[in-house]
Amino acid sequence: MNIMVDSSDELRVAERSFSSRLLIGTGKYRDFEETAAAAEASGADIVTVAVRRVNISNPGEPVLMDYLDPSRFTYLPNTAGCFTAEDAVRTLRLAREVGGWDLVKLEVLWDHATLYPNMLETLTGAEILIKEGFKVMVYCSDDPVMAKRLEDIGVHAIMPLGAPIGSGLGIQNKVGIRLIVEQSSVPVLVDAGVGTASDASEAMELGCDGVLMNTAIAEAKNPVQMAVAMRYAVKAGRNAYLAGRMQRKLYADPSSPLSGLI
Amino acid sequence: MEITLNGEKFTLETGSNIVNLIDKLDLNADKLAIERNLEIVPKSKFAMTIIEEGDKLEIVHFIGGGEE
Repeated sequence: MNIMVDSSDELRVAERSFSSRLLIGTGKYRDFEETAAAAEASGADIVTVAVRRVNISNPGEPVLMDYLDPSRFTYLPNTAGCFTAEDAVRTLRLAREVGGWDLVKLEVLWDHATLYPNMLETLTGAEILIKEGFKVMVYCSDDPVMAKRLEDIGVHAIMPLGAPIGSGLGIQNKVGIRLIVEQSSVPVLVDAGVGTASDASEAMELGCDGVLMNTAIAEAKNPVQMAVAMRYAVKAGRNAYLAGRMQRKLYADPSSPLSGLI
Repeated sequence: MEITLNGEKFTLETGSNIVNLIDKLDLNADKLAIERNLEIVPKSKFAMTIIEEGDKLEIVHFIGGGEE
């Protein structure tokens, strides 16, 4: 029997294929060596990166690109720390200029306490970016109405939060995420809120196309080992989703036949 | 002349272009992007872009980041 496993089940975003459905952030690690080891162990093809000022007082200091080869990993520039559409668009224009990347992650935040997405600014920013030819993956609320609006204006992936960024609380609104998955014809990825491997599996079992995480790996006691756990959790959840789970039942149903009992 | 570079005052020889500035800072042009007075300067125009007194320049690159 030919069982469909990972190699034939690629993530397709913006007409590109990726073998891993796990996307990882590259912040919060102890050093670049640990970042690189975790990225390697996770099996991720896509890594998010932030755009920041060069430290002009120390030009020789090591940079991320020395440790994560951009020809091996797809850099997904993000707009972390942006609270207006204007700032986010400005950041991604600069990101495109660094290396020509047009696949980007838009996130426009509401406030520092929750880092909840400001959907009005997010929609404004997405519209501008799409007009300028960017392929936009969007961090958004778990609201199916907003997700539909994003799809209608032409975003390439919808990435609802599972729980607040960096909280590790796991998926709080399974119904919302599932509704978004069912209605969307672009990939849906849970972005933010994953705390441990079962959260990643749960996202995939809900039918998501992928999971993006950072803190769950970076703040684990052993980040590289957690990266391995996440790699398999995403695959396990994906295969469980594709396999189709059994029906839930109220009463027991024996696995061994009752006929022929002595 | 004085310019503002990444939010701080910076002194530069009059008539310098972007390539001169990158060399002076010992940076690698392949790994950065530059904004001059809120407008991106394409890499192809670094050599022909003369920096002027009072210009506001931002030089950025990629750092590790997830969400924040």
